[in-house]
Amino acid sequence: MSSLTVNKKTRRIIPGFHLSLGYTMLYVSLLVLLPLSMIFIHTMSLSWAEFIDIVTAPRAVASYKVSFSTALAAGLLNVIFGTIIAWVLVRYSFPFKRIIDGLVDLPFALPTAVAGIALTSLYAPNGWIGQFFNFKIAFTPLGIIIALTFIGLPFVVRTVQPVLQNISAEVEEASASLGATRLQTFRKVIFPELAPAILTGFSLAFARALGEYGSVVFIAGNMPMKTEITPLIIMTKLEQYDYAGATAIAVVMLVTSFILLFSINLIQWLANRRFVH
Amino acid sequence: MSIQINNVSKKFGSFQALEDVSLHIQSGELVALLGPSGSGKTSLLRVIAGLETSDVGEILFDGQSMIDRHPKERNVGFVFQHYALFRHMTVFDNVAYGLKVRPRKTRPSKLEIKNKVMELLRLVKLENFSDRYPTQLSGGQRQRVALARALAVEPKVLLLDEPFGALDAKVRKELRRWLRKLHDDFHITSIFVTHDQEEALDVADRIVVMNNGKIEQIGSPDDVYTNPKSPFVYDFLGNVNLFKGRLHNGKLLHGEFAIDVPDLQVHTEDQAVGYVRPHDIQIERTNVSGTVPVKVSHIHLLGPIVQVELRREDMDEFLEAELTKEQFTNLQLKVGDHVFIKPKQLKVFIPEDFSI
Repeated sequence: MSSLTVNKKTRRIIPGFHLSLGYTMLYVSLLVLLPLSMIFIHTMSLSWAEFIDIVTAPRAVASYKVSFSTALAAGLLNVIFGTIIAWVLVRYSFPFKRIIDGLVDLPFALPTAVAGIALTSLYAPNGWIGQFFNFKIAFTPLGIIIALTFIGLPFVVRTVQPVLQNISAEVEEASASLGATRLQTFRKVIFPELAPAILTGFSLAFARALGEYGSVVFIAGNMPMKTEITPLIIMTKLEQYDYAGATAIAVVMLVTSFILLFSINLIQWLANRRFVH
Repeated sequence: MSIQINNVSKKFGSFQALEDVSLHIQSGELVALLGPSGSGKTSLLRVIAGLETSDVGEILFDGQSMIDRHPKERNVGFVFQHYALFRHMTVFDNVAYGLKVRPRKTRPSKLEIKNKVMELLRLVKLENFSDRYPTQLSGGQRQRVALARALAVEPKVLLLDEPFGALDAKVRKELRRWLRKLHDDFHITSIFVTHDQEEALDVADRIVVMNNGKIEQIGSPDDVYTNPKSPFVYDFLGNVNLFKGRLHNGKLLHGEFAIDVPDLQVHTEDQAVGYVRPHDIQIERTNVSGTVPVKVSHIHLLGPIVQVELRREDMDEFLEAELTKEQFTNLQLKVGDHVFIKPKQLKVFIPEDFSI
C-alpha cells in the first residue's frame, strides 16, 4: 500500500459551515417559509373554480391594478429622488448634513398609521398643501403614490449611499482627463457602478410598497374599483371571517411579487457576473 | 509640448503642499519628480493635469496659459497609481473610452476606433485580452491597460503618478524599461512621480528632487547622484555615512580623522558634516596614512555586492561600506576583523541649524 493518505473530505478553512447553514435553514423555514406556506394551505380549502372566481372578481382585479401601478410609480420616484439624496449626502458637505442623514430613516421608525394620518391632513383638499392644488391629491391614486414614496424613501438612499462612497475620485478624474464631460462621466462611469445598488433599492422599496397597508388606508379613501388596494381587500375579507378568500388573494400577490423580485435579482446577477468576482 | 511652471504655490488648509515652484520642461523630455511622501510631487503633477488648481502661479503649455482650462481641454494623459480603470468595461472599452466620449464632429468612426484600440493593445502586448474585465488581469497588465487608455487620446503630455508603485519589484523594473522604450519611440513629453530613487535614476532624462513643497535640485540622474546640492538630496538618493565634525584649516576633523576638504579652505572652526557614500569607503588591511581603525561587525552578502557594517574604534559610531564581490574576496573580510578605512570621496555641508 502507498504510504500517501488521500483526504476524502475536503476540509473547509472557514469553520462553522454546518452549524451556521443549519441555523439559517431553520430560521428561514420557521420565520419565512412556514408562515407563507400557511397561505397556500388555507387556500387549498377552496376548489379551483372557487379560487378563480375570487381572484378574478372585478373588485380584486381593480385592486391589483391600483396596488401594482402605485407601488411601481412609488419605487421609480424613490429611485430618482433617493439617488439624488444619496448623491448630496455623500458628495457635498453642508450644515446639518448629519441631521438630514438621520431624517432619511425616520419613515422606518414612524408607525405607518401616523404617517398616513399626517399625509392625509396635509394633502386633503383643505390641507396645508392640498389647498394649493385645483385637483384632488388625497383620496386618489396620487395620494397612494405619495404615501408609498414616503415609506419607501430610505431603501434607495441606504443602498446607494455606501456604493457611491466607495467609487474612488480617481475614476472620475481619469474620465475627465480622457476628455469626458461631467454628464458623460456620470452616465458612463458612475451610473453603471450605481445601477446594481439602485436596482436593489428599487426592488426593496417596491416590495415594501406592495405590502403597505397602514399609511395607505387613510390617504387612499378606499373607493372600490378606484383607490382600493389589495391589502385592504384582504383585510376586509378577514374581518368577514373569509379566511380562504383572503388567502386566495394573498396567493396572487405573493406569486406575482415573487416573480417580479426574482426577475430583478436575475437581471442583477446577470449584470454583476461580468465584473464582480 | 514644452511645459513651463512659474512660481506655483498650493495650500491644503494650513499645509503648504507647493511653495513657489518653478520648472521648465522641454518638449519630448522624460522627467521624474522624486521626493518622499508629502513633498508635493503628486500635487505638482495634479496641478499640471488640472485635477487641482494652484493658488498662485502659472502653468504654460507651449507658452499658452492652462490655468483656466478644464482637465479635458488640456490634452493630457494621466496614469494613476492604482490604475483607476473602469471596472464595468472590458479592456477594449476602457482603451476606447477617450475616443468614444468625443463630440460627434471629432469622433472617429467605429472601425477607426477599433483599429486604434487594437494597435494600442498590441503596443502594450495585451491584444489577446481585449474582452477581459480589469478584475481578471494582474497588476502589471492593468497598468498597461491604463497606459494604453491614456495614450489613446494622443495626449501632448503624459503624466504618471507613481505608475509602478503598486507592482512587485520584477514587474516594476520590466515596466519602467518598457516605458523608457515607449518614450524613445513616441517622444511624448512625460512627467512621472516616484519616491523610488532607483526608478528615477534608471528611467528619467532629468530628475527634479522635491522636499517640503519645494524643488531641492534639478539635474540629470548622474548630476543629481554625484553632485547633490543639499544634504537632503544626498540623503534621499542612496545610502550615506555621516561624519559630523569640525572644519579646521581646510580639514574636516572627526575623531582621529583629518580629511582634506580643498573647496572649503576659507572656513575654520565651523561645525560641518561630511557625507560619504558606502561605495566610496575604502577598506585597507594595513594602516595607510589618513585611515582610522575599525572593526567589522556584520557582513551582508547581497548577490553581486557586499555590504559591510563597521564599528569605529576611535569613537562609538557605525559606518556602512559597500564592496564588489571581487574586492570582498580579495580582502578576505570576516566578522571581528580589525581593518582600516578612509573615504575616497566626501562632500561637506555646513548645516544651517545643528539639528541634522
